[in-house]
Amino acid sequence: MQEFPKHPFRTHGGAPVPHHKNTWNAPSAVLPPPERVIIPMQQHIGAPCKPTVKKGDHVYVGQVVGDNDAFVCAPIHASVSGTVNSITKVLLTGGQMTEAVIIDSDGQMEPDPSIAPPPPIKSKKELADAARKAGLVGLGGAGFPAHVKLNVPDGKNIDTLIINVAECEPYVTSDHREALENGKNVLDGIYKVKEILDVHRVLIAVEDNKPDVIQKLTEIADDPQKDPKDEVRVLALKSRYPQGAEKVLVQACTGRKVAPGQLPADVGCLVMNIASVSFLASFMRTGMPLTLKRVTIDGSAIKNPQNVIVPIGTPIKDVVEFCGGYKSEPRKILMGGPMMGIAITSDELPILKQNNAILAFDAREAQQYETTACIRCGRCVAACPMELMPTKLEKATEKKDVEALQELDIMTCMECGCCAFSCPAGRRLVQAIRLGKSYVRKAGKK
Amino acid sequence: MEKLIVSSSPHFNGKKTTQNIMLDVIIGLTPAMIASVIIFGIRAAVVIITCIASCVLSEYISRRVMKRPQTVGDLSCVVTGILLALNLPVTINPLMAVFGSVAAIVVIKQMFGGIGQNFVNPALTARIILMNSFPAPMTHWTAAFDYSATADAVTTATPLSGMMYVNSPNSAPDYWQLFLGTHGGCLGETCALAIIIGGVYLIIRKVISPVIPVTYLATVAVFSALLGRDPLFDLLAGGLMLGAFFMATDYTTSPLYFRARIVFAIGCGVLTILIREFGSLPEGVSYSIVLMNIITPLIERYVKPRAFGKPKEKKGKGAA
Ligand code: SF4
Ligand code: SF4
Repeated sequence: MQEFPKHPFRTHGGAPVPHHKNTWNAPSAVLPPPERVIIPMQQHIGAPCKPTVKKGDHVYVGQVVGDNDAFVCAPIHASVSGTVNSITKVLLTGGQMTEAVIIDSDGQMEPDPSIAPPPPIKSKKELADAARKAGLVGLGGAGFPAHVKLNVPDGKNIDTLIINVAECEPYVTSDHREALENGKNVLDGIYKVKEILDVHRVLIAVEDNKPDVIQKLTEIADDPQKDPKDEVRVLALKSRYPQGAEKVLVQACTGRKVAPGQLPADVGCLVMNIASVSFLASFMRTGMPLTLKRVTIDGSAIKNPQNVIVPIGTPIKDVVEFCGGYKSEPRKILMGGPMMGIAITSDELPILKQNNAILAFDAREAQQYETTACIRCGRCVAACPMELMPTKLEKATEKKDVEALQELDIMTCMECGCCAFSCPAGRRLVQAIRLGKSYVRKAGKK
Repeated sequence: MEKLIVSSSPHFNGKKTTQNIMLDVIIGLTPAMIASVIIFGIRAAVVIITCIASCVLSEYISRRVMKRPQTVGDLSCVVTGILLALNLPVTINPLMAVFGSVAAIVVIKQMFGGIGQNFVNPALTARIILMNSFPAPMTHWTAAFDYSATADAVTTATPLSGMMYVNSPNSAPDYWQLFLGTHGGCLGETCALAIIIGGVYLIIRKVISPVIPVTYLATVAVFSALLGRDPLFDLLAGGLMLGAFFMATDYTTSPLYFRARIVFAIGCGVLTILIREFGSLPEGVSYSIVLMNIITPLIERYVKPRAFGKPKEKKGKGAA
């Protein structure tokens, strides 16, 4: 049998970010059907979907509205029942334009009559197919199609399944609520994936600032019937951002390091987010694809911060209104947590599959900090979990020195933000590194 | 709704700023300043104030003249002023102190672009410039508690020069005297206790990491013992404590990361003892730190951290 670590392994760097977990204690609310949803055709990393419905069509909840044959792509489903109002282009975060299916809800939330529980899954292939059919993408934030991950190449032997409940970003508590509200579902999903992938070591990794989650999951994971050999255990991680980043998590759980350009599968690990396994379990029970998402609505400008379960595609402003609206003028709205989230241009944008939080900040917190000269203090280097030298990356980017950037392993940067957080000079290190990466990509294409 | 601010992540940053780091360094230097006033009298305060004032003014004026954003507020020039003062004898002519401050700030720091850009430590380099320009006044050491000595007075030997020139086996150094600083020397070279208190404060406040001071001091002790010197004496005498805690840890002129810092600190330690043993100068700390400052970019080129999970590179260049 595989050894289970008693304590997490040491990881490098990280940043003492404030937790601000204001919303963990309240049950998630369910948003009443919105009037209209905007369903973009790009809600994952990979090829965008093509709309499979047209204007005027009637759609049911769970009906496919967008798909694409490409391998790295997950189908997209209607999240309300109603009529397709139009198919238009919308501007998503990051500035890319994408097609979107706009559905006017009939308020009925009528499920697609063809939806039925799928036949029991018996093989790896069937599991991957089911994940694709369900439209599942990595719900932790990256949005990588789940079936690609589950489609482990035959040569690679997975010996450890890691369930990511680290939730290290400030404010975000949607995984926390998932564990408390759907713990049993989570375990069902884990047992299923474990059985299919034939893994004998499952680590549910939780940061130790969530003792209630650790307690609850330990209780239900300790199930002598389903898990007679005690192969599913909870591992308490140190609460230090970014424990939930995939490579850092693999290191903390197994001591193994995923080399640049490789995947956790290369060191025998598969990492799944808690919301993803839980969803897989409910999909296997009901056949209902991914149409709902739990998001944390918080930030200094929100009146009643809480977790809300919303149909994917609901405009952010509807969800905010449901939370009592803004209590002060929002100056910055983030999709995701404050460390890696994206600042968006408008609250008309829809909630996406991989969104786990919407944070709205008032003027005081949105304030830009001042940037001064780098004093070479080395804090950014000490903070980088990927053991890079952010200040040197910034300098090489300024010089557009692609060779130096590559030598400094710029592509290994996961944009976690620890470096910029730690910098006393307020250098915009991550911003510079993103620019540097674009230089390297451009040079590579030539 | 007003236009939303769109900026790059992360949207949070830590509370430490350059200014509050420098403030911590000033606090860390306070015990040493107090000790110097107790040991050398009010004139020590005059030297310190002269240096601080002229450093701040030099910084202000040079930024103005160069039409660059004002950086006096980051307090780094105050730190340079204090460090320079602590490296001067109490009998120094205030005009020389001003000269040193201008050299430190204008020539060494601002001409290279200001904070973070200079490649040698301004205070130490200014001391070396002063020593070479005015060798006599820079080595007029007054005895402790002799508050009225002038630059023309007979100078007492510092413990190090005593060891070097007298070298009598009977005059065993009094370690307590060294530790408390009741002997001749620069303002900040005397009281090891005060400097250690300040250094520990900086380590607790996470302003400096203990890597450089600990490695530096350990190297000095080991190397001193190897050469048959008196390690405890070498640790406590001269500017070593001040150098190890406050000068070698200067961010700008020391390496950025752990492995290179170790090499840097070992280099400082070895050079210090070599200069003390074989050099014509009794005191090697200033020179060894400045020398290591100069080769810091070289150390960083050869001793690199390896990116997360990156396999070890095969050394293709052979043993050459
Ligand atoms: S943390 Fe900021 S000031 Fe310090 S070395 Fe890095 S970039 Fe420079
Ligand atoms: S360089 Fe990249 S990986 Fe390292 S701390 Fe900065 S953002 Fe994170």
